[in-house]
Amino acid sequence: MLAPLSWLKEYVDIDCTPQELQDKLFSCGFEVEELKQVGEDIHDVVVGLVKTCEPIPETHLHVCTVDAGSHGTFQVCCGADNVKAGGKFPLALVGAQVIMTGKDHVTVEGLMTIEKGKLRGYDSEGMLCSGVELGVSDDLFPGASYNGLLVLPDDAEVGADVKPILGLDDWIFDIAITANRPDCQSVYGIAREVAAVLNKEIKPLDLSYTEDEVKKDGFTVTVDAPELCPRYIAHYVHDVKIGESPLWMKRRLALVGIGSISNVVDITNYVLTELGQPMHAFDSSYIEGNMINVRRANNGEKIVTLDEKEFELNDQNLVICDGKKPVALAGIMGGLNSEILDTTTEVMFEAAKFMRDNIRKSSRALGQASDSSAMYAKGVYEYTTVMAMKRALHLIEELGCGKVSSTHVEVSTGNSIEPKEMKVSIERVNKVLGITVPNEDIIRILKSLDFNPSVNGDELTIQVPAYREDMESYPDVAEEVIRMYGYEHVIPTFMPTAQVTMGGFDLRQMSELKLKRALCGAGAYEGIHYSFFSPSDLDLLNLPEDAMERKAIKLINPINADLSLMRTTLAPQMIRAMARNQKRDLLEGKIYELGNIFIPKDLPLTEYPDERETLCVGVFGENESFYTLKGFAKIVADTFDLEFTYEPSEKTFLHPYQTADIICDGEKVGYLGKVSYEIMDELDMRVPSFVLELDIRLISKYYDKEQKFMPLPKFAIEKRDFAFVVDKNITCASIENGIKEACKYVTDVKLFDVYEGIQLGANKRSMAFSVVFTPQNEEFTDEMVEGYVKKILKNLDNKLGISLRS
Amino acid sequence: MQNKLKEIREKAISQIENAANLEALNEVRNVVLGKKGELTAVLRGMKDVAAEDRPKVGQWVNEARDAIETKLEAQLKKLEKEALKLRYEAEKIDVTMPEVVAEPGSLHPITLVKNELVDIFGSMGFEVFEGTEIETDYYNFTALNTPDDHPARDMQDTFYLSPEFLLRTQTSAGQIHVMEAKKPPIKVISPGKVFRSDDDATHSPMFSQMEGLVVDKGISLCDLKGMLDEFVKKIFGKETKTRLRPSYFPFTEPSVEVDVSCFQCGGCGCKLCKGTGWIEVLGAGVVNNKVLEGCGIDTNEYSGFAFGIGIERIAMLKYGINNIKMLFESDMRVLKQLHE
Repeated sequence: MLAPLSWLKEYVDIDCTPQELQDKLFSCGFEVEELKQVGEDIHDVVVGLVKTCEPIPETHLHVCTVDAGSHGTFQVCCGADNVKAGGKFPLALVGAQVIMTGKDHVTVEGLMTIEKGKLRGYDSEGMLCSGVELGVSDDLFPGASYNGLLVLPDDAEVGADVKPILGLDDWIFDIAITANRPDCQSVYGIAREVAAVLNKEIKPLDLSYTEDEVKKDGFTVTVDAPELCPRYIAHYVHDVKIGESPLWMKRRLALVGIGSISNVVDITNYVLTELGQPMHAFDSSYIEGNMINVRRANNGEKIVTLDEKEFELNDQNLVICDGKKPVALAGIMGGLNSEILDTTTEVMFEAAKFMRDNIRKSSRALGQASDSSAMYAKGVYEYTTVMAMKRALHLIEELGCGKVSSTHVEVSTGNSIEPKEMKVSIERVNKVLGITVPNEDIIRILKSLDFNPSVNGDELTIQVPAYREDMESYPDVAEEVIRMYGYEHVIPTFMPTAQVTMGGFDLRQMSELKLKRALCGAGAYEGIHYSFFSPSDLDLLNLPEDAMERKAIKLINPINADLSLMRTTLAPQMIRAMARNQKRDLLEGKIYELGNIFIPKDLPLTEYPDERETLCVGVFGENESFYTLKGFAKIVADTFDLEFTYEPSEKTFLHPYQTADIICDGEKVGYLGKVSYEIMDELDMRVPSFVLELDIRLISKYYDKEQKFMPLPKFAIEKRDFAFVVDKNITCASIENGIKEACKYVTDVKLFDVYEGIQLGANKRSMAFSVVFTPQNEEFTDEMVEGYVKKILKNLDNKLGISLRS
Repeated sequence: MQNKLKEIREKAISQIENAANLEALNEVRNVVLGKKGELTAVLRGMKDVAAEDRPKVGQWVNEARDAIETKLEAQLKKLEKEALKLRYEAEKIDVTMPEVVAEPGSLHPITLVKNELVDIFGSMGFEVFEGTEIETDYYNFTALNTPDDHPARDMQDTFYLSPEFLLRTQTSAGQIHVMEAKKPPIKVISPGKVFRSDDDATHSPMFSQMEGLVVDKGISLCDLKGMLDEFVKKIFGKETKTRLRPSYFPFTEPSVEVDVSCFQCGGCGCKLCKGTGWIEVLGAGVVNNKVLEGCGIDTNEYSGFAFGIGIERIAMLKYGINNIKMLFESDMRVLKQLHE
């Protein structure tokens, strides 16, 4: 919200500096995001009186003597065609800063500092300036856009700073307005706060006007959709003379970035800025049927707005119609068919309250917005609607651009625009704050905010103005009091009345942190990726059409397609992360992510989907292998005292012979494997890369598994080593199982050597296992252990057809 | 006999002294003291010695043996010492060569900050509740006093999954679940991922927040201030001060923005605090009665405060991370920099 200081000063006697006002506004809840001086780039430019002005032969230049009062008299060369002796122009002194323009004297190219110079042999000390060079437009000062010197008024004091004359000494406050205070989306609304914070009176707006005898007979307003338009006011203005607005109005609009169009249109924009009430002016001669009808649009109905865009509407859009057709898209933009033109002689003014949600949704759905729709979306109060119409009619009179008729039609659902009485307990107000604000301060503050407070014992009665719909109960009063009283009065306490509670992580959260730390201990770094991914991620994995992963929840309004699906697997983002690192020449790494995948129970969603905690580990590097990745699965198992087994498996995105399912307690809990060469090729991956995914939700049921101490064996253990030459397709796990199942005293089987060589024959390898036998009730004898060994060998021969290496 | 013994003794001692290694020393031991050794031979010859001389000769032999054994022992120690010295010397290394470590990984910076926050608030008695990333419109907005037509909905660009379901825009959604499940006293923090349709240099469409909620008897703005004072001192340093200023959130009333004194310049004004001496770190307020009442909590008896912290914002301030999106790219150079 932009508010020029000069405009605020019309309503409040501001006697502090702009910076002080900025601080005060900040402390009461209005952050000034930018405080900008209008002419902050311009300095040392004074009123110069041209005493003599002689042409320089064979050029378009003149050499002038310029009187700059107390600054002295200077010789200045000037190329402008309107320079003349006796004229008063802005003179930039040597050392002054002005705006630099291009050869056309119009295009702004930056800033320049004036230096002594020489033109065609003539000394030049200073520069006579144009409006563009001072950053002044016609709207700020009449004639300023002329491509030549800016002509100063005859009564300008020679040698005086030009900035006050040109309005360049003004300040603009760009204020952030919170969503609960749409009443402050206006200069007058800000002025109310300024008055309160400076403890000054606010000057009332002049809303006076005189209706004449003229009437537009039979004119009617009907509102068919009162749920979207609780108040509609129309007033007929005749004998309209479309023309330019006065300088003061143009200047104010220019300061808030609105260009002047014509007096009548400017009045609507002025009222919007001053009061925050959008207004519309129809050329009444184009209103057919002598009526206004506010209704929902018919499906398929069309309108062309002022900016010549055509829209097809539906019954969610509100339109203003005459007897025959829509003449405006309510609250958003007027129709081209009833636009104010230079030839307009009669005007129907509209001030209405449209429901913000409807305007916001229509504006979004149609892709059409305006200052009006933005204001409606923030919120407009009916109090202001009434006030704004009066103000607009007053301005019509003040500008003398029309006559106010006595045709005034107001249709409303009967909402009050009078202050609303509210009673609160002072004690409760203070309880919210935790301090006791003295009653006289409470009264002073609420008075300054126009709440007209009175106190009776603990009971505080206030009259809430109709533009403060945010005031609902005592906490709102507490907030009003404290923001004006000052938050520095809040004394820190540490919940002295609260009960003691236990804090910290629960079992699941602790377990996850334990897992993360274990993975870190093994050298992996935690990564976090977005919860949404791309359809192309599913394609990257080469997943079949009916894969579970493809049943992903879609975002209705994603930022782009790459972020349009809720992820159903963590693998693709991990693979891409590994690829990204490799592209950046980071050729080894271990990354894990513990995050959710999202599995819908139905699509589109009608109930909460399954948010499944999943672990993904990615390792890459020349020294990495399937087995180093498998080490991470072991870490998960060890963290929760579990036993994982592995079965060869297949995945569309993994190496066909280096992929396994991870099984825990007979349940498949995940997979791991080497990223396929197809993917490596597609993503330009340069080193072996591996990925593991594990459904942590399936593991979480073991979080409360208690650790048990095993007493040390009473008798000495025995160790035996076995070496077999076996067919390569006989798995390590099958041999291990063959050993374990043959003897109940086997407590550990470890593969400690694998060897392949030509002398063993193709498709053969040697595998050596170390087996630990733990006695239970009695000491082993050599014979006993020999017996166990025989049993084991027999079982291996029966089951797998393997025997000891000779 | 005495001379012979003296000869054996002197020869042996000289040989011991000249023995350069353990083998040579053992050789001497065998030659002199072994089963067939010279001194042993003398003892065996005792039967030829006159009976009256035997004690004397025996004494001489013992003296010789003791002397030789003592010498042997001494020489053994000396040789062992020398051998150890050689061994040490042979194992001399260059201690300035690079170390070998099993490099541990580390937690993500967001997890680091989250854990620190949980530690701080956990010690103040706050439980941790993690809600779901996918929420309903009701929990994310309506129950937080942000009905459908509320302008505050425009403050946050929401990703919708269906008319009813959305990606939560704020961890505040957790407040309602907690209050529905639990009666006061409530002290809970709710960290988690949140989503807004913002994607530019300083915004990421996914980021993390931590909501805090206290509901109990007699809770006021002063308690909020007191708790925040403690929190910022722990996380930003003992000298850090807080400043409350008015703001607006639909689910708190009054609402405040909380600034902390700049921990880089101490409040004098620097680049980090953009010259103001203060840094905005979180939003907070007294829980709106409508929110409490919506969860069946009697506002005549109970009141509360809530606050919401941007975890990335804290991480970026604390560690000087300059680009939020970097946090989600798993670039090893980024991940390797910070640890517990």
